[in-house]
Formats: sequence, structure tokens, C-alpha cells
Amino acid sequence: MPDLLPQMDPKRSFQGLILTLQRYWADYGCVILQPYDMEVGAGTFHPATTLRALGPKRWNAAYVQPSRRPKDGRYGENPNRLQHYYQFQVILKPNPSNLQELYLGSLAAIGVDPLVHDIRFVEDDWESPTLGAWGLGWECWCDGMEVSQFTYFQQVCGIECAPVAGELTYGLERLAMYVQNVDNVYDLNFNGREGDEKVTYGEVFLQAEQEYSRFNFEFADTAILHRHFDEAEKECAALLAAGAPDEPGALHRCVLPAYDQCIKASHVFNLLDARGVISVTERQSYILRVRSLAKACGEAFLLTDAGGASPQDAAA
Amino acid sequence: MPDLLIELRSEEIPARMQRKAAGDLRKMVTDALVEAGLPYEGAREYWTPRRLALDIRGVPARSKDVVEERKGPRTDAPQKAIEGFLRGAGLSSIEEAETRSDPKKGDFYVAVVKKPGRTAEAVVAEALPAIIRDFPWPKSMRWGAASRQPGSLRWVRPLQSIVCTFGPETEEPVVVEFVVGDLKAGNATKGHRFHAPQEFTVRRFEDYADKLAKAHVVLDAERRKEMIRHDAENLAFARGLEVVPDEGLLEEVSGLVEWPVTLMGTFEEAYLELPPEVVQLTIRANQKCFVTRPHGGGNGRLSNHFILVSNIEAKDGGAEIARGNGKVVRARLSDALYFWQTDQGDLPDLPALEASAASLGLDLKKPLDQRMAKLDALGVTFHAKIGTQGERVRRIAALAEQIAPVVGADPALAGRAALLAKADLTTEMVGEFPELQGLMGRYYAGLQGEHPSVQAAVEEHYKPLGPSDRVPTDKVAVAVALADKLDTLVAFWAIDEKPTGSKDPYALRRAALGVIRLVLENGLRVDFLDVIRNHHALNLDDKAKGASQVEVSVGDVRHFQSHVDLLSFFLDRLKVQLRESGARHDLVDAVLTDTSDDLLDITRRVEALGAFLDSEDGKNLLAGYRRAANILAAEEKKGTTIAEAVDLGLLSEPEEKALAGAIDRAEVELDEALGTENYAHAMAALAKLRAPVDAFFDKVLVNAEDEGVRANRLALLTRIREATLKVADFSRVAG
Repeated sequence: MPDLLPQMDPKRSFQGLILTLQRYWADYGCVILQPYDMEVGAGTFHPATTLRALGPKRWNAAYVQPSRRPKDGRYGENPNRLQHYYQFQVILKPNPSNLQELYLGSLAAIGVDPLVHDIRFVEDDWESPTLGAWGLGWECWCDGMEVSQFTYFQQVCGIECAPVAGELTYGLERLAMYVQNVDNVYDLNFNGREGDEKVTYGEVFLQAEQEYSRFNFEFADTAILHRHFDEAEKECAALLAAGAPDEPGALHRCVLPAYDQCIKASHVFNLLDARGVISVTERQSYILRVRSLAKACGEAFLLTDAGGASPQDAAA
Repeated sequence: MPDLLIELRSEEIPARMQRKAAGDLRKMVTDALVEAGLPYEGAREYWTPRRLALDIRGVPARSKDVVEERKGPRTDAPQKAIEGFLRGAGLSSIEEAETRSDPKKGDFYVAVVKKPGRTAEAVVAEALPAIIRDFPWPKSMRWGAASRQPGSLRWVRPLQSIVCTFGPETEEPVVVEFVVGDLKAGNATKGHRFHAPQEFTVRRFEDYADKLAKAHVVLDAERRKEMIRHDAENLAFARGLEVVPDEGLLEEVSGLVEWPVTLMGTFEEAYLELPPEVVQLTIRANQKCFVTRPHGGGNGRLSNHFILVSNIEAKDGGAEIARGNGKVVRARLSDALYFWQTDQGDLPDLPALEASAASLGLDLKKPLDQRMAKLDALGVTFHAKIGTQGERVRRIAALAEQIAPVVGADPALAGRAALLAKADLTTEMVGEFPELQGLMGRYYAGLQGEHPSVQAAVEEHYKPLGPSDRVPTDKVAVAVALADKLDTLVAFWAIDEKPTGSKDPYALRRAALGVIRLVLENGLRVDFLDVIRNHHALNLDDKAKGASQVEVSVGDVRHFQSHVDLLSFFLDRLKVQLRESGARHDLVDAVLTDTSDDLLDITRRVEALGAFLDSEDGKNLLAGYRRAANILAAEEKKGTTIAEAVDLGLLSEPEEKALAGAIDRAEVELDEALGTENYAHAMAALAKLRAPVDAFFDKVLVNAEDEGVRANRLALLTRIREATLKVADFSRVAG
């Protein structure tokens, strides 16, 4: 790697950490995407993971995804919990046989020496009920702290993955707190400068955490949210119907916009949940409603070019 | 004889699955060897997070040749039968079969099939791919490019390499060649992920274990456990501490490392303000670390040092690892401390809880009362057909108050305890650590100054949770524990959700067993049918009660059948319980009557009857009873006349006069003893019948020629039956 400015050292700056990871996975051959432009609960929701994990085509991508978990808001008062944080997401389909080594290489790239730090793969079966997805893998621990999730996708949108994709999700703030050795996320050095030039994570995000916590827990209009959920659900189904293949063997013509509506419904559900207006029994039915949207989108995606369908084959 | 070495190296296997998987591997491979005619001398399995290994000693190089004879049809049998025989025996023409003769059968064909012995290598090479493909992992996965195809290899995590060597001690072992998925068996493996990532080759087990040890892998899990235990104790001892023993954690941790290096970390003493259970659970569940306490026990207090087990020999001696783990532990404890303090403060939205508080009689000035009001106000469903948690608590409280006098508890305290028993479900701490339910309630109840019995009841009302769990003894705790379980049982019976076969999703059997143990071990007299009926009518059947604040959607039919059914469920559980405690469960049916619903009384009768039947008098009286019963049954069948009552005037023999007198006296004694529930006396009274009964059968002929005498003697036998029936139905005694 060419010499970096010292402030880009992943041990000194948050953005340096992100750029180092991007660089590492770009060198491996991933397409480096930018964050998806919608509110999602995790990097997995990005269509580059959820949908691209389906079908037979090769797909290697990496990207940062801002992730929103309304319930985790703490008004900026908790040093570890945020309602908005960054995930770094890597998806490799099919998973290469040395994926663990590649992952450890990425840790080495950000300065984690496995002969100084205790790195461990601890059982974690991943499941996303809203996405109808599950996989087996681990929480990756560094000195007892979970810094990443490592999953071999077995099923997504209720569809068997063939081939299996490997997914790595780095919790960037946690990882940065670890390599920068700070105890409070808001104290993270964002730009790696010192003195007047230094910008902290708190300067960038503290106000947002406070405001969104108010929104998530107090101000969000639940009637509007309920309506948004219903509308997104309706629109998703309508788009899937509108774009459906007009003859047997033809491609589906409108999956990605429909999937956006599924993402939207999922986030609205999370907001309603944070507002505490969803009872235990209702909860399950909301999850099922989102899952059936995801399932329908996944099935439609398999009828597209990126999903591996080819109209010529079908016609022949 | 040669030895077989197998290693299946994979990505990290969940700790909880390793031991069983290694055992399964041993069983499957050795079964396959034995099946193929290859008995072995010994086999031992090993496991680490990244490998299952198997060392099989003394496997014959080759199985013996086997000659099988298969009898065929007669030589003059139809062509079809002969063809079928050839097919079945694998012969191509009838010339290959031998002809034999038999005086009965005549000439017939015999196929002599020689099965030549196979080499052990061939057997293993054939067996292992199938074993690997069919391995019984609780959950397995596909991976990599191969997963494009259906039916690709599955393993618990991606399988990386296979070692399979075979050979005698004196020679270089050979690689047993086979292919499964993309993997070809060989003799190469790798050591510790970070200390020895290079591949190396191995020959036989000693060489393998030796090279692994040099490559920073301790193959034997028991050895890893001992290393951890020893090092942890030493680290603790050096600071005047001792490790709080935790075998389950030790087992788990030994499955997380190949090269255990034990270190000590610390946290601030301020966190010791938390209940020790919370500290231990936080550190154990999230960080898989051991807690320590002052040497000699520390009176329930922990120390602020904890033991962690790492997987590397760190360049800096582990300073960074200990520091990092300490940081995570502190963050977790800081969360826990936040929960602990938040739970002791006011909830934010008190006015919204007023209605619930008023209806339940809660004091909103007290934190735990607020949590109960919240549980009610949230309307959290307990079960869709039974209703909310709030409704459930109301029922339990009503029942606890009602049961309290029966168990000798203060009804007001029982009601109060029941009201607070579930309140901790809405605390932050129990939200984070559900296994602390009850215990946290007790702490919080103590902090707001509840009566000690209320505190005990809040913690212990879930008990006993299983056959080995402790049964509460505080009377208030007993009342609430009974009410909690009885309410659950009555409610699920009311909606007809009963355990079937192995399915018992609501742990109703456990609840019934809990009730039984509470009653028996505390010596309680409870009329269950009354309790069940009343509870159902008053608290669960809103139709019966008219307009009620308790709205429960159970059916509106009269529930008599369900009550009787529930009682018989209790009696079935009682039999199980008696059997497991070594008592004679067959005697339960013998002592039951139409009105038996008092479990303690039933149990005492069973115990007394069991002791009696074990005695010489008991055995003989039972034999006498059976003789009497058999005669009566036979005569009743024949239609022989049996007198309504014994006519003393018709008694002639001294033995029958003695028996009639003995029965009269015994009945008086029995009535008196049973009236005071003195079952030992009752049995003693019965015992007195033994000698006269024996003498009667010895000397007196029942089947007298005179019809009147015979009818009278049969009436005497009826009285033996009647007398014993006061204590138990001897016809239902097994054996």
C-alpha cells in the first residue's frame, strides 16, 4: 500500500479505518459501493446483499452502510449505544475457501496483531426474521469484544442460497473505539487531526443522536407511520405485479423499486416498535408482513438478469 | 496390529457441539469397522474448536474371507424360481451352483458365495465419505462454489482438510485415499491458527499429537480443562482469592481455545454494589469469564478480579488482552449498574399507570409496584386464549389469599407477594437477563422494605423448577408458589391445552409435579377438587361470575369434566413422583376412592399400605384376601347363594367363630384409626386379621355341603373383603 498521511492511520482516525477497509477489499477485487440511499437497520438490507445473495452469479462487493436502530437511541448519553451507526459490509458470493484468512488479513490491515490480541470465532447463528434469512457463522471477538459478524448465508428471502455467500459485517464504531483506545464513542477522532483541526465523532453525530432519540421515542407521529407502513406494503405488491413477466420465460421488470418499499416498511416497523405502540402479538404479524414482501421480492429477483435469469434460455 | 488415525479439520465448531460430535464420529467409524468384520482393540476421540480426531488401535489389516451358502430351489423347480435364485445369489448361470441332496427335499441347488476379506483401508475409504455426509450435526451448512449444486457436502462449518492414515507401529503408515466433496484425504494438517499456520504432515497418532503440541494445539479437552483450572486457581490464589467454580463454563471455554492461556482482569470495585448473581451472570454470559471471591468464600461477596482464558501466548504477556477484556467487562457492568439503578427509580410515565395501580391496589410510590402497574398497563399477553399477564396476576393473588389459611400463611402477605411476584418482568435487569426473574424481584422487594416473607415469595414462587430443585418452605412463598402453578394448570385445562406425548410446551407436567412436591414436602392438606372448582368459577369463568374485571376468554360450558380430568392428571403425576422416589406407585390406585383429592392423604395411605404389604402379616393377609376374593368371584359366577349377612348362629367351627369376632373388632379399630388418619394403627388393626384368616382357610371348608352353611361362610369371606376395603382396594395391588 502506498504511504498514507499519518492522520489516515486507522488507529488515529475513524475515516482512516473506513478507508483502510475499503482499500483492503478493493484490492481483493470487490466492487466498492456507496451506502444505499434509504434508511435500513443493517448493511444486510442493502440490495447489494439481500438481493445479490440470490441466484447463481458471482458477486463481490463491499460498502459502508449507515444503519438505524431506533430503539437503541439513548439521547447521546450512553457511551456505547447509538440509534445511527456505521456498518462495513462485505459480501462474497460464492464464499472463497479462505474467507477467514481474508477477514483476519483485514484486521491486520487496520493494525490488529493476532499475536498480541486474542481473536476468536464464537458461535453465532444469524437469523433475520424480517428478511426470511438465516446463516451459520460466528461473532468475531477481539480481546472479548465482538467486533464483527461472520455469516455463511444459507437462505435469504426464504430462498436457498446457491451458491452460498459469505457476509462480513464490521461494527465500525466499536472497532474504532478499540483501535483508538477510547471508552466513549463520542470521543472517537473522526479525521485523525489534532488540536483545532481535530473533529470528533461527537461533533459529527451527538446532536443527531439527541434529535433522533426524541423523534424515535417521543415525536414520531404514529398515525402517519402506520399509514406509511400500509402504503409501502401496498406499493411493493403493486410494483411486483406491474413488473411481473408478461409471458412465461420473460424477465421481471420491476424488482428493485419494489424492494425499496420492503425496506421502507421494515424501517417504519422499527420506528413504530421504538414508539412502543406495537403489542407483543402484533409484533409477530408485522414481522410476517415484511417477510412476505421480502420473499416476493427475492422470488421476483430470480427472474431478472442480475438474479441469473436469461430470457433467451427460457425461450429456447 | 495397525492403527487408524482420522482428523477432520474445520472452521471453528461451536463449543457446545464438540464433545458429542467427537463421540458420534467414534461410534460411527467403529461401528462401520465392526460391521465389516474388523474388530478393533481400542478407540479414543479428541476434539478442539477446529478439529475432531479419532485414534483407533489394533485394527486388523484385512477382514477374514467369508463363505456363505444359500439354499436354492429343487433341481426340478420351475424356471422362474431358478432364475430368481440366481439373481438373488448373484450367480450368472446354474452351473455355478452346487447340487445337494436331502432325503426330505430331494435334489436342490446351493449357491456357495465366497466373500473374500477386504483390506481395512478399503473399508475405511468406503465408510468415511458416507459418515461425513450423514454426520448428525444439530445444524449444518453448505459453503463455497460447491454449494451451487444441490446435495453438496454439509458440515457444521466449512470442512478444511481430512487426515486419514493407517499402518502398524513398525512401518510408515499409508494414507487411506478417499474423496468427499472437494476434499481428498491425506496426511497434512495445520496447527494453531496464529502460532502455527503452516501445513505439516503426520504419520500416526503419537506423531500427530506430538506435532500438534509443538504447533500450539492441546488436543485433549480434559487436559485443556485441567490447565485452565490449575492456572486460574494459581492466579487467584496469588491474590488471596479463589475462583467461583463453574463446570459448565469450564467445559465451554475449553471448547473455545486450542492453546489455553489464563489471565486475570479487573474492574472497579464500585460495580460490586450489584448483586453478585448479576455480576457473575454479566461476566459469564457475555464474556465467558470466571469470577473470583475472597479466599474462604467471602460471605457471598465477589472480588473485582476475574479470570479470562485466551487462545494465544501473546507477545506482550497478555497485557493488551487483559486490558481489552477488562474494558468490555466494565462496559457490561456499567450497563448492569444502569439497569440496577434505573429499576430502583420512578418510571417516567406514572400518571398512565394510575388506573392499573388503583385496580390492583398498588402503591405507585414504590418502584416495584410501578413495575407491576406497568406490566398490567402494557396489556402483555400471557396466552392468547387465557389473557394478559395483568389478569393472570389478579387471579394468582386471589388464589394465593384463598390458599393462605390452608398452608398457614397470612392471606394479606400472600396477596401482596403474589401481586409483586411478576413485577420484575418489566425491570430493565430481567429484560437483559431473563434467568434472573424472581431473584431480582426479591432484591427490589427488599429495597422497598417488603416483609421478609413477601421477599422470599417473590423469589421462590417459581420453585420447584424440577425434580432436584429446592421446594420453598416459607409459608407465604408456598401459598404463592401453589397459586401460581394451580392457576396455570386450571387455565390451560380450561382452554383444553394439555400435554400430549412428548409435547408439553407450557411445562404443565413440571407445574403439577411442583404442586405435588410443595404439598408433600410441606405436609399440606389441600382439597384439590374444591380449589380447582372454586378458582375456575371465581377467577377464570367470567360468565359464571357475571360482570367481572377479570375477562378471560375461556369457554362457557360447565367445566366439571375438565376439573376431574385435571385431578386425574395430578394423580398420574403423583404416581410418577412416587415411582421415582422408590415408592410403590401401583398402590395409588388401590387407595383411591371416588372422593380422593387430597394428595398428602393419598401419599400417606400409600406409604402405610406399602410398609404393611412388605411385612409378613401384610403378605399373608394379601394372600388370604386374594383367596377369599377368588372364591367369591368363582361362586358369584356360578350363581351360588351368598348370605346377605353373617348369621352367627350358623357358625359352628371355632376358627370361623374366631374370624367373625376378629373382623368385628378389626372394623371398630379400623374406623377409629381411619377417623383420626392414623394409618399405622389402621394397618395394625388389619394385621390382626392375618392369623384368624389363615386359620379359617386352614381348617374350615367353605364349600360346605349344607347350602345355608355355605352361604353363611361365603358371607364371612365378603366381610374380609369389606374390612380390607376400608383401607385399600386390595384387588388393585399389583404383583
